[in-house]
Amino acid sequence: MELQAVLMAAGGGSRMPDLTYNTPKPMLPVGNKPLMWYPLNLLERVGFEEVIVITTKEVHKMMSTDPKMKDVKMKLDVVCIQEDGDMGTADALRHIQQKIKTDVLVVSCDLITDVALHEVVDLFRAHNATLAMLMSKAHEFTDTVPGQKGKKKTAEQRDFVGVDQSGKRLLFMANEADLEDGLSIRKSIMRKHPRMHIKTGLEDAHLYCLKKAVVDFLADNKSISSIRGELVPYLVRKQFSKTTNSPKIKDDAEDQNQKTIDGSTNHELLISSRDEPLLQLAQERSCWNDHRGDMSEAYHGGKLRCYVHIIDQGLCYRVNTLAAYIEANRLAPKLFEEPAVHPSAVISERCQMGSDSIIGALCQVADKTSIKRSTIGNSTTVKEKVKVTNSIIMHGVTIEEGCNIQGCVICSNAVIGRGADLKYCLVGSGQQIEPEAERTNEVIVGTDQLMEI
Amino acid sequence: MADSGVTDGLCDTDDIERSKTEGKELTKEEKQRLRKEKKHQKKIKEKKDDAASHEDEKKKKKKKEEKPVGAASQPPTQPSQKAPAPAPVPVPASETPALADKPAKSKADLKAERRARQESERASKQGKKGDVGQPVPTSKPKAPPSELQPVVKRLPEHVQVDNPDVLKKLAKKLERQQIPLRSDYGYKVSLFSHLHQYSRKAPLTQQLGIPSTVIHPAIVRLGLQYSQGIVAGSNARSVALLHAFKQVIRDYTTPPNEELSRDLVNKLKPYISFLNQCRPLSASMGNAIKYIKKEISNIPSQCKEEEAKSKLLSCIECYINEKIILAAKAIAKYSIEKISDGDVILVYGCSSLVNHILCEAFEKKRKFRVIVVDSRPRLEGREALRRLVQRGISCTYVLISAVSYILPEVSKVFLGAHALLANGYVMSRVGTSQIALVAKAFNVPVLVCCETYKFCERVQTDSFVSNELDDPDELIVTRKGKTQLEHWQEVPSLGLLNLVYDVTPPDFVDLVITDLGMIPCTSVPVVLRVKNVDQ
Repeated sequence: MELQAVLMAAGGGSRMPDLTYNTPKPMLPVGNKPLMWYPLNLLERVGFEEVIVITTKEVHKMMSTDPKMKDVKMKLDVVCIQEDGDMGTADALRHIQQKIKTDVLVVSCDLITDVALHEVVDLFRAHNATLAMLMSKAHEFTDTVPGQKGKKKTAEQRDFVGVDQSGKRLLFMANEADLEDGLSIRKSIMRKHPRMHIKTGLEDAHLYCLKKAVVDFLADNKSISSIRGELVPYLVRKQFSKTTNSPKIKDDAEDQNQKTIDGSTNHELLISSRDEPLLQLAQERSCWNDHRGDMSEAYHGGKLRCYVHIIDQGLCYRVNTLAAYIEANRLAPKLFEEPAVHPSAVISERCQMGSDSIIGALCQVADKTSIKRSTIGNSTTVKEKVKVTNSIIMHGVTIEEGCNIQGCVICSNAVIGRGADLKYCLVGSGQQIEPEAERTNEVIVGTDQLMEI
Repeated sequence: MADSGVTDGLCDTDDIERSKTEGKELTKEEKQRLRKEKKHQKKIKEKKDDAASHEDEKKKKKKKEEKPVGAASQPPTQPSQKAPAPAPVPVPASETPALADKPAKSKADLKAERRARQESERASKQGKKGDVGQPVPTSKPKAPPSELQPVVKRLPEHVQVDNPDVLKKLAKKLERQQIPLRSDYGYKVSLFSHLHQYSRKAPLTQQLGIPSTVIHPAIVRLGLQYSQGIVAGSNARSVALLHAFKQVIRDYTTPPNEELSRDLVNKLKPYISFLNQCRPLSASMGNAIKYIKKEISNIPSQCKEEEAKSKLLSCIECYINEKIILAAKAIAKYSIEKISDGDVILVYGCSSLVNHILCEAFEKKRKFRVIVVDSRPRLEGREALRRLVQRGISCTYVLISAVSYILPEVSKVFLGAHALLANGYVMSRVGTSQIALVAKAFNVPVLVCCETYKFCERVQTDSFVSNELDDPDELIVTRKGKTQLEHWQEVPSLGLLNLVYDVTPPDFVDLVITDLGMIPCTSVPVVLRVKNVDQ
């Protein structure tokens, strides 16, 4: 077997607490499908037959009852972990180390994309890379987000990504938060790759191809807890460290004196296959080099290589903020050729429905309603003379007559009283909006969900 | 033709029957022979049975003669017509004008009777045994008939992309092996429209699933490395191929009720098709594959799986050691005799063997300098330059357009080869024949270095018949921000041709240095014959 897929679905959705306090992030409906259905569908389309899903017990329970999850034909091996949130993605990988028998493809549950996955995996295969990841140009979300006051400044969380001339080899990765006085690049990197492109407008898609040796390395290094935050920058740095460039494996015995983390690089060096001398011979005889202008051989003799595939066209969203969630709801249905109106929904004839809207199963939409550019979840009841524009309505919601809902996100089981006028609001789960209410740009959640100060 | 068809009796029908059951395409000569034999048999039967229906026979014979004329232009449809032919024994035909000799007939009669008896026996055997029994007895008798009579050799590398029937067959074969078909890209220059032309931006893995279950991951990786040019060069490709096969053999388990010797060969066939789709196989790879297949089929059936696998792995190691590593040492030893102090040696492109020779010569303290000639679009000479300069050899670098200016300084030309053909022609990187030609004009000796495992039984006198077309977009270059050829596909009269190989006639080559010694170009068929007898 070549690759094992691992889906990380235990994340809490800490950046959109209003949506996730009742529904865990992997099961948030996007286009009337649970969020984790999208990466699973991507894996299924590409040809995977088994996926290891790391999630919480709550999500597991919801998964087994959701009808859309039954459409997934792959074998899902669900591993439940505690929900306390202390377990990072790398910790989760360490937890399932016994199940990992070969190279692993880690996907996050909030990734919605139509990228050709073979581009990432081809980089991983062809260059015998240790890490191959996917990044996309960051999107500017233009829709007004409910509850947002003023423009959000995104400068604090910039990622600096350095790639080589071909745009494929990952040379440098750091988050602005980690850089105190400035961006410093080691001389050894500049000597090997004199031309480096540093990009800041990229978003990490959280899709990683990792060699099995990395998982074994994680098992020994318990201090690494997050793949994105710690493991990836570590691997990128290690490409150019002195130990990994030593050609003979015997020399590593001397390097044991270094820090404990560095000492464990032996594991990564021993990634080599059993026929290493033959592979060396083939590389020596081959007249290919990945760079030119200096006297070193291909890859500068380095065994650890990290590659990145950057896409600038096409759909690639990480649904971890409210703005991303709204945008995803608008665009995700376009990925699939599915009927906009679910066959079991009951829609009266005098309803005006735009072509961009999606109606879920068992809905009841009464007369004289107008639904434009919206997503209506399953089992929702919409009474007469309701105008719904640009909104996301989750499951089990009741909207009484005469309401006007514009640009809102209404979570499951909410009840909107008659004649309510809501603009750019976020109504939490199970909330009740009183009739004739007029709310603009508000987040309406239960008092028990408000943060304790 | 007719007489040989009649007198070569037994072996011929054996041959043709066998190839029919194995489903290969029959060549025209074999089909004609088969037709003539059948006609002869029918005629004899008719003579014994009934002499009165002569006129009917004549009419039917005319029909049959029309058939061959019409069918000759459609070779692929013939097997389907021929396959049901032997069993029902249809059209009686008489060839009275062709086979009129009376004394020859009596001998031929006996032979025909024997043949008819054998055919009937074979037909009954087929009905009993089924197809499983067929391959085993037919694989063994293959060896003796080839010695008795020269079998018509089919050109496996005979690519015919402009023939839709051949393409259909290829597509069917790939479908059976569950390998995606790679589609051609871009406008092909008409002279080379019979060759494949693929784009590097459309790898075959696009159509494969991830993770690959049909094809072993080591082979997928190898195919990718071939198509992206990461593993390039005849020796490198062969070594990488053997390395991948080692992984395959290690991970292989014999399914129940199967024999390793037969099943493993069948497992390797789709991998080889896949690699062929990624990049057409080189002659050295072809020879390596033949060797492995032979080794696998020679494994005795009572051998245990672990033993058989370790035996195969050691065979592969042995092959690489003998044919590549030791051969390089031997060639270096011979070549050093030819390099004298004060020499100016011209090399072209990046040949791993020539680089090895020069480095060895430098270590043996010979004083010489090297001129590296390079050409677009691959610009492999830069890599050769790097390797030589790293060792300390003083080098000059020119492009191929400067060859005639630099040749007055040169004392010897060392060239590497991709393959050596049976008529003495050297197949090498495109541009090699130019250099050999100009060197001949300047009376500079040209020495070709080639290991014997690259000798191939093909015969070619021009670079058109069999070649490789690389991605035409590789010819596009961006200078000062401008890419002139960016929209070349929109210009209807423009075609970009990126040839990979060319053939150099033996008149331009003075010596071929192989691991068997220094031989003239014309001795290549002798070496091949000796090799075949050995094996």
